[in-house]
Amino acid sequence: MAEKPRSFQEIILRLQTYWASQGCAILQPYDMEVGAGTFHPATTLRALGDKPWAAAYVQPSRRPTDGRYGENPNRLQHYYQYQVLIKPSPPEMQALYLGSLAAIGIDATMHDIRFVEDDWESPTLGAWGLGWEVWCDGMEVSQFTYFQQVGGHECKPVSGELTYGLERLAMYVLGVDHVMEMPFNDPDAAIKLTYGDVFQQTEEEYSRWNFDVADTDVLLQHFKDAEAECERILAAPADDPKTGKRIIMVHPAYDQCIKASHVFNLLDARGVISVTERQAYIGRVRALAKACADVFVQTRAGGGAAA
Amino acid sequence: MPDLLIELFSEEIPARMQTRAAEDLKKLVTDGLVEAGLTYAGAAAFSTPRRLTLSLEGLTAESRAVREERKGPKVGAPDQAIEGFLRGAGVAREDLEVRDEKKGQAYFAVIEKPGRMAADIIAEVLERTIRNFPWPKAMRWGTGTLRWVRPLHGIVCILTDETGTHVVPLDVDGITSGNTTRGHRFMAPDAFTVSSFDDYEAKLKRGRVVLRADERADAIWHDATHQAFALGLEVVEDRGLLAEVAGLVEWPVVLLGQIDDAFLGLPPEVLQTSMKEHQKFFSVRNPTTGRIERFVTVANIETADQGATILAGNQKVLAARLSDAKFFWENDLRTVKAVGLEGMGAGLAEVTFHNKLGSQADRIKRIEALAREIALHVGALPDLAAEAARICKADLQSDMVGEFPELQGLMGRYYAIERGLDPAVAAACQEHYSPLGPSDDVPTAPVSVAVALADKIDTLTGFWAIDEKPTGSKDPFALRRAALGVIRLVLENGVRWELLITLPTAFRYTTADSTYSYFDELIPVLGWLGDLPKEPFLHDIEDWKSKDLAPNLATYIPSDDLTGRERELAASKLIDRVLAGNSELVADLLSFFHDRLKVFLKDKGIRHDIIDACIAMPGNDDLTLLVKRAEALAATLATDDGENLIQLFKRANNLLTDEEEKDGVEYSYGADIKYAEAEAEKALFAALDAADAQIAPAMQAEDFSTAMTAMAALRGPIDAFFTDVQVNADSQLLRRNRLNLLSRIRKICLSVADLTKIEG
Repeated sequence: MAEKPRSFQEIILRLQTYWASQGCAILQPYDMEVGAGTFHPATTLRALGDKPWAAAYVQPSRRPTDGRYGENPNRLQHYYQYQVLIKPSPPEMQALYLGSLAAIGIDATMHDIRFVEDDWESPTLGAWGLGWEVWCDGMEVSQFTYFQQVGGHECKPVSGELTYGLERLAMYVLGVDHVMEMPFNDPDAAIKLTYGDVFQQTEEEYSRWNFDVADTDVLLQHFKDAEAECERILAAPADDPKTGKRIIMVHPAYDQCIKASHVFNLLDARGVISVTERQAYIGRVRALAKACADVFVQTRAGGGAAA
Repeated sequence: MPDLLIELFSEEIPARMQTRAAEDLKKLVTDGLVEAGLTYAGAAAFSTPRRLTLSLEGLTAESRAVREERKGPKVGAPDQAIEGFLRGAGVAREDLEVRDEKKGQAYFAVIEKPGRMAADIIAEVLERTIRNFPWPKAMRWGTGTLRWVRPLHGIVCILTDETGTHVVPLDVDGITSGNTTRGHRFMAPDAFTVSSFDDYEAKLKRGRVVLRADERADAIWHDATHQAFALGLEVVEDRGLLAEVAGLVEWPVVLLGQIDDAFLGLPPEVLQTSMKEHQKFFSVRNPTTGRIERFVTVANIETADQGATILAGNQKVLAARLSDAKFFWENDLRTVKAVGLEGMGAGLAEVTFHNKLGSQADRIKRIEALAREIALHVGALPDLAAEAARICKADLQSDMVGEFPELQGLMGRYYAIERGLDPAVAAACQEHYSPLGPSDDVPTAPVSVAVALADKIDTLTGFWAIDEKPTGSKDPFALRRAALGVIRLVLENGVRWELLITLPTAFRYTTADSTYSYFDELIPVLGWLGDLPKEPFLHDIEDWKSKDLAPNLATYIPSDDLTGRERELAASKLIDRVLAGNSELVADLLSFFHDRLKVFLKDKGIRHDIIDACIAMPGNDDLTLLVKRAEALAATLATDDGENLIQLFKRANNLLTDEEEKDGVEYSYGADIKYAEAEAEKALFAALDAADAQIAPAMQAEDFSTAMTAMAALRGPIDAFFTDVQVNADSQLLRRNRLNLLSRIRKICLSVADLTKIEG
């Protein structure tokens, strides 16, 4: 059993090393605002089609409604997820996952690790899967899902997806009660930094902006713009007149879908979306995700005929 | 006779599906084996989080050979017929035999089914079972197409007999059967072989797996209660939780933990709910104070530190959960102290109840008005019922209910008590949701009953008004449950209340809030749709019937394009529509209540035709009266006299109706005893007089059982009359008098219930 990690970043580094040693491509975060690691095209799009895939990455994620001005011990509007996607899901997926817990110092013979039913569904992505929340001594430390459908498409083969809520997991491993007190770098470093040193101020700033200041008219316009642009990109002919190549622009279109989804989350935090409208907005984002998925499976990466 | 052992080993099966799945496995496999000609002495199925297991004892080693002869078409029949026969019998044409029959020659197929070895049958049945397993939700994994609840990893399938253990070979999408399995995921992860069920269960136990769910549950309960008892405490019983937890562990280890003192002031239900819903902990109570002081968690592992790390971790998670709960509780108490429950519920104006029925605040206003009215019928003070209705949903806006929706009502009660409200009002906050199901307790406190009835009547009239009635199996707004709730509240409290008094008013309230049906009515009438204020619609239904409403309503119609006269005309048209629609809805909803009542009484052993006979009588909107009548009728029909009386009544009624139709008259002038000839006829006159004298006052006093006993007593005299007297006598005078006598029978019987509805 490895020695216990001592900082937030050490936990991330160990996960990176572990999954790299299991043959995953260690990708970098997607450069857009997303609500969860699933939105990264390395998960959403790559779960589609029949090409094998194995990737792991950290994804900064934003959930504007969860902002608590940095006061709540474990609620944040900006946090990190660690995401692993392997297609097809290997038979020893559970063992691989347990190996990752061991790598960050969770000894399975000393803790109570449990797989508790949790069916995952993302109405905005038109995706669902079956799996579990993984509990360690009564605390949820990961989501474990076998994707069955993404963007309205059956996943064939099935991908295995792991999502670790890094702050919560790290707080547990490091024995910290308030996220802001968690050591970010080595506590013996010359310049030691806590999570609060890095994020306390931004949590306050974004909480205020998310809840009270964000310009809802502008956001509503952004939503419409993103929606329109996504549709426009997908409507463009596949054959590029300039290069003479066949270029289906699925990723640029999907970026607009991500954008629409995040703008919707912001509008939700501003409290301007009623219960009935909520469903309609979710349906509109889902339509974009589905349109992108429809096109992705025609591309090379999606294992389609456009190769 | 061999024994069969099957184990399907997979990743973690959801706890709630395990028991059912084990039973399904047993049923599908045993049915399949029996159908294929095998028999067995005993079968038992088991489940753990990672396995479904089936043990069959005393299986026959092979199925018997079967020889079947089937007669086919005649020789010379069309080819098509012969082909069809060959297909059905599964034989070739040259194998057909020709035999002489009485009517000529016919083809015969002789089908020989040889006996098959049990192993072959098992392999076939098990594969079919796995491929068609009825999981509530199944999934694929990897590159396969097989569906299972979670990835399936191994199949044990062995037959054990005196010669040893034999693996039944089987391959389902690359998963091959064998005789090896594994123990506990962490404590005994290595594979081992098994030779029989007894060997399997013993080795599993050595491998830290308790195969039987009830054994795990018993162990949990036993350990938990003992540990609690040692501290002078008791575990709060929760069978659902016990079954669930037993499905989450293969090797239960019970750990008793502390709850930080800071949280002990929370209401016990809050502690219990938070611990159960979030952590699947049992609550441990101090029997003297009733307070929840500890918890029990069930781990799936034995550790070197006797669970110390696990318990510490669980306590920490619990503390975080309970600090949230405490924060909510204190926040809610502050709110209630500052602005009261009405203040707490102010936000309900922003919460949509249904987009065609307005906000929760609109709904509360309707319930308040109804509760005030219903209070008079259930013996509650109208003001108190109205106050309870006003605040009974306020807790939906509390932080606590936001976090734990299942605490709705209960929190309202706590907050009402904190606020110092009347205890009857506080109780109504909790009780007005009841009864939620057929076995749920029915409130008896008058204020609670009034608000509970108002709540349900509003739900029903609301969804009726917007035409969202239940259809077939679809009842998304649980309206059948609401109607059953009304029925049980009324019957179990003996409430005397005529629905037809309240329903029209209730419809007025709901339709006033329903922008749908009434503003829709306005479009064709006015050619205009706008912000018509709600007030004019809130009038009592009697006001709508009065002539003064039209000019009044007309002033609310703000269209510049209309003259005063046109407005008044439009208003009158609107009133006509409202009144017409209203009475239709009332009648329809009443008959829905009657339908639900039939279902309810059927479960209590009262036939639907008996209820129909009573529904046809006046006062059928008073459910207590209706049921009283039905019960009396059922009791009467259960007697020999009653049963026979029905037959005699029908005979009298049919005869009379036929003759009336023939003659084109109604024989209801009253029979005259002076034309009575036979003794039986005279006796019937006397009996009818006597019955009349008893039945009329009894009916007046709603004493149905006396009335019906008196009616049943007519059986003898009527029977004798039919035996001795010919109704259609040659003398027209005698005939008419006798028909008039039959008419008296009919009249008396029908005054009690509509006996024409009784079947058989």
